[in-house]
Amino acid sequence: MRKYLLPLAIFVLVAIFLWRGLFLNPREVPSPLIGKSIPEFSLPKLEKENSVVTSKTFDGKVWVLNVFASWCTPCLDEHPMLMELASQNRVIVVGLNYKDGFQSAADWLGKHGNPYSAVAVDIDGLVGMDFGVYGVPETFLIDKSGVIRYKKIGPLSSIDIQDELLPLVESLQ
Amino acid sequence: MIPEIGHFLIILALWVSVAQTLICFGGAVRSSPRLIAFPRYSSYVIFLLTLAGFCCLATSFLADDFSVLNVASNSNSQLPWPYKLAASWGSHEGSLLLWVLMLSGWMSAVSLFSKQMPDEMRSLILGVMSAIAIGFYLFMLLTSNPFDRLLPPAADGRDLNPLLQDPGMVIHPPMLYMGYVGFSVVFAFAIGALISGKLDSTWARWSRPWTTAAWCFLTVGIALGSWWAYYELGWGGWWFWDPVENASFMPWLCGTALIHSLSVTEKRGSFKIWTVLLSIITFSLSLLGTFLVRSGVLTSVHAFATDPERGVFILGFLIVVIGASLLLFAWRAPKVGLGGNFNFISRESALLANNVLLVVAAASVLLGTLYPLFLDAMGLGKISVGPPYFDAIFFPLMAPAMFLMGIGPVLRWKNAKTLELATKLKWAFAISLVSAIIVPMVMGSWSVFVSIGLLLGFWIVVSGLVNLLEQIRRLRMGSERTIFQVINSLPRSYYGMLVAHVGVAVFIFGVTLVKGYEEERDVKLAVGESVDLSGYRFSLASLDDLIGPNYSGVKGTVFVHGDDGKLVSTLYPEKRFYHVQRMPMTEAAIDTGLFRDLYVSLGEALEDGSWVVRVYLKPFVDWIWGGAFLMALGGLLAISDKKYRSKRRSAPNQVAISS
Repeated sequence: MRKYLLPLAIFVLVAIFLWRGLFLNPREVPSPLIGKSIPEFSLPKLEKENSVVTSKTFDGKVWVLNVFASWCTPCLDEHPMLMELASQNRVIVVGLNYKDGFQSAADWLGKHGNPYSAVAVDIDGLVGMDFGVYGVPETFLIDKSGVIRYKKIGPLSSIDIQDELLPLVESLQ
Repeated sequence: MIPEIGHFLIILALWVSVAQTLICFGGAVRSSPRLIAFPRYSSYVIFLLTLAGFCCLATSFLADDFSVLNVASNSNSQLPWPYKLAASWGSHEGSLLLWVLMLSGWMSAVSLFSKQMPDEMRSLILGVMSAIAIGFYLFMLLTSNPFDRLLPPAADGRDLNPLLQDPGMVIHPPMLYMGYVGFSVVFAFAIGALISGKLDSTWARWSRPWTTAAWCFLTVGIALGSWWAYYELGWGGWWFWDPVENASFMPWLCGTALIHSLSVTEKRGSFKIWTVLLSIITFSLSLLGTFLVRSGVLTSVHAFATDPERGVFILGFLIVVIGASLLLFAWRAPKVGLGGNFNFISRESALLANNVLLVVAAASVLLGTLYPLFLDAMGLGKISVGPPYFDAIFFPLMAPAMFLMGIGPVLRWKNAKTLELATKLKWAFAISLVSAIIVPMVMGSWSVFVSIGLLLGFWIVVSGLVNLLEQIRRLRMGSERTIFQVINSLPRSYYGMLVAHVGVAVFIFGVTLVKGYEEERDVKLAVGESVDLSGYRFSLASLDDLIGPNYSGVKGTVFVHGDDGKLVSTLYPEKRFYHVQRMPMTEAAIDTGLFRDLYVSLGEALEDGSWVVRVYLKPFVDWIWGGAFLMALGGLLAISDKKYRSKRRSAPNQVAISS
């Protein structure tokens, strides 16, 4: 008689997990880099030939690194948010031009507006790889000691900026 | 007004279902003859009410009534009208209405075709089905009403997802749902048997055709989904072990085990408890599938818009239905009895092995599908489980099952002799082995994987042929009949089995040969350039602008020439951009052939005006779906056997001929 209870027991176990699962978000993939220092890099600067942007350039400041490309459509969606964020002058916005070209990036920024204090050009995407980037756009918030505090995969929405990014910026300043 | 009428009709259908459930269970308990007749007619009423409600929704779609939220979210004035109709089941809410429509349809069918069934039995079955219906009507009315209004109305709709604007996608959900919901019939039979404590081979004989019918629909539904993915997604894949695909595959695996185990219960009275449990499990997996795609618990390209509130409701419903049935099972299973004994080498044990392998395969798929959820729920991190896992567990489990397909039909019931078996099948094995070794060499390159696949395929076909020839020979011995008369005298269910098994073999050939010998090239092509693949030359002759009813884009003209320079076919791959949802779609161009597909799709446009073009050679790929349709055809043949239609039951053990 007791062996016939086995199917029910298995089902109850599965049901418990399914219940838990309803309140989780399977799409949320936390970055393993949060809490770690940014990887070292030294990349050419878009605006000024023979100049570089390095991982140490913004030490001592709270800054946002936004990974973008001229060929990326969602980047265009989040662009107005970045322009707005940059205009508020509460945090430095730096661009990482990913797997793109000097000319195409410059043209794109010229056409749509440039929110970035500086743009690092990562032609082959190797620096992006160090950051764990696997899609564009992605955005990082980095504190004064160069530690990653926040990562957003996908275009930034105004909710992301208002509810998550800016409060974090405040607490880090 | 029409949406409100539709809404009202569904509410009525709910109340009639409540009445039917109460009367069925009340009537069965009190054995009142008047009450017992009621459910037959109330089933028809529920179906008609639901059908009318569904028509109200469909009318709103066809009339472009954008004051209905569902229409505004899923349709558009520029959408061609067949897709407007399909959009009525393209959303979560609409698909639920389709679900209950099918459920009430099956319920009416059971009511209609059950004249010889004892009244108490029919009552129980219809009562269980209407109880399930109550759950779905409530779910729809409380959380997912397709008739909700949008006020003020939208000027135009948000359009049907372009992926769904396709004939294959239109039929795929109805076929799938007929399958999922159809298993509720055998589930109801099982619950009825547990409640009444009566389960005999007559019970199995009644439930078999219903189960096989549901299985046929599910087979067709899954095959259509796979075929659609192949021609629509643009990269020639046809199965991805996506959670939603798995959600349909698990009930199919258990359903296949069930139709075989029912055969044993019918003919030998064995496997009773197992068959009852399997009936419950198969339908439970259908319900679980319904839950998985709507609750947001798993990510999938297929999933409907996710909403935890709905998820809670369905999970609650699942717990009630499955929990109660498994509890009933635990309590009443012993009453149902065990059935006959059988030897280690016998048809029963071969079918038992079949069942075990299929159910273990289903369990493995379930584990892989839910594993990411398990880990996440325990805080152990986020992982994804994909084809490497599923391929690794699935093929080793299925291979022995396929091998048994050759042996099973030849084995005697209860007690078979190994020597006799080996004698009958030695030639079949030899022929299969030789063919399996030669064919890959003919195809161009030899590999173990391909050979094993081919061996299994040939084995099934040749041993099936050996079986057929032996039946014919045996029946002709000592009788005056001609071959044709003998062939005619074999029952249709026997031919159903042969055709379905051959269908599996055809499927295996398709999968093995396509995986073993498919070729592809991704190249950049400008107009006038060409690419060679395996003896074919694909030339991009032109790229033209394309304007459709609700899309625009580019259409390419590709000429395909063979080795000898002759034109094999002209293909027109398209890249469409659907305006309302702002979504690009690839329409691949395929030259379908019995022995190979030539497949061309446009990738992305490049800056200099050339395009990334993908060309594929897919040998025998259509055998995959051809095999699946043959399986369904075999099932159909089996259902049409006259033993399910005769009024009087003849002697149960017609040993060797029966399937």
